Amino acid sequence: MVPADMKCQEFVELVTDYMEDSLPAATRADFKAHILECDGCGAHLDQMRQTMQAIGRLSERDLEPEALARMLALFCDWRTQA
Amino acid sequence: MAGVWVDAGETTPPRTGEAKIDAGQVVDRGVLTDAAQLHRLRSGDTEEFERLVVTHHALMYRVARAHVASSAAAEDVVQDTWIAVLDGLTAFEGRSSLRTWIFQILRNVARRRGQREARVVPFSSLMATELGERTLPSVDPERFIPPSDHEWPGHWLWPPRQWEGGVEERLLHAETQALMAASIEELPPVQRTVLWLRCIEGWASEEVCLALEISAANQRVLLHRARSNVRGSLEALLEES
Repeated sequence: MVPADMKCQEFVELVTDYMEDSLPAATRADFKAHILECDGCGAHLDQMRQTMQAIGRLSERDLEPEALARMLALFCDWRTQA
Repeated sequence: MAGVWVDAGETTPPRTGEAKIDAGQVVDRGVLTDAAQLHRLRSGDTEEFERLVVTHHALMYRVARAHVASSAAAEDVVQDTWIAVLDGLTAFEGRSSLRTWIFQILRNVARRRGQREARVVPFSSLMATELGERTLPSVDPERFIPPSDHEWPGHWLWPPRQWEGGVEERLLHAETQALMAASIEELPPVQRTVLWLRCIEGWASEEVCLALEISAANQRVLLHRARSNVRGSLEALLEES
């Protein structure tokens, strides 16, 4: 049985606040109680965590050599002026 | 370039109802400015500067891109930021991390650029637009039992399934990674930037708030939308049979 005080549709909007530890204590307690009782929301929370981990494995694109060369030229100019 | 950069110690941290942020906290927990690194930069060590550029340049471009309308303008903003950083190095007091300071300069340069070019949508209005879309739900409402139901309104009709076994392994596939990268690119600019900073660059929320000048509460709203959006795209892909 699912606790009636938090709906699944409300739960999915609170996931980030929960993960960022920003929920008021009472809401946090309701949220945690809901996870225990509701497989769908438990799966949703796990998917959000897995999504974050998967995004974290993407890497930033490499710096283009031309851009680096331009910035190093700036540095040389700055050094000679200083 | 005088006046473009600011020292983080002098800026007002974002204010929110929860007021968990203060600049001092960020200084403590951010990347501590390495005095030796600063000394090498000031004395004209090219290798040290190269390391700094390699670490931050691509991300600076991403942040700048959220502020200005064209990629050329974003490149100009990043270049002007590096010039301002170099000009400010001597006066920089190390009260914030070097990284926080650089991104504050970037923000100021980008804002000035935005003010100069009327056609450029200011970052603040981009953010207002993204935050204004409050009705946009994290999950398609069709997946829940409608409000008219007497017994379980708002509970799952089509609940998500656990990503386990083969499905979980598919998260690592190149195809999945490409879809994820594409769905991040399609996010509104501020959401995309917050997601990049938090998830890929591993920044703390306080640091993101300072760099983008947003409140902690708004940062969470933007992060939540971005995450929910990418999760939805992944779910659609992973559950295709």
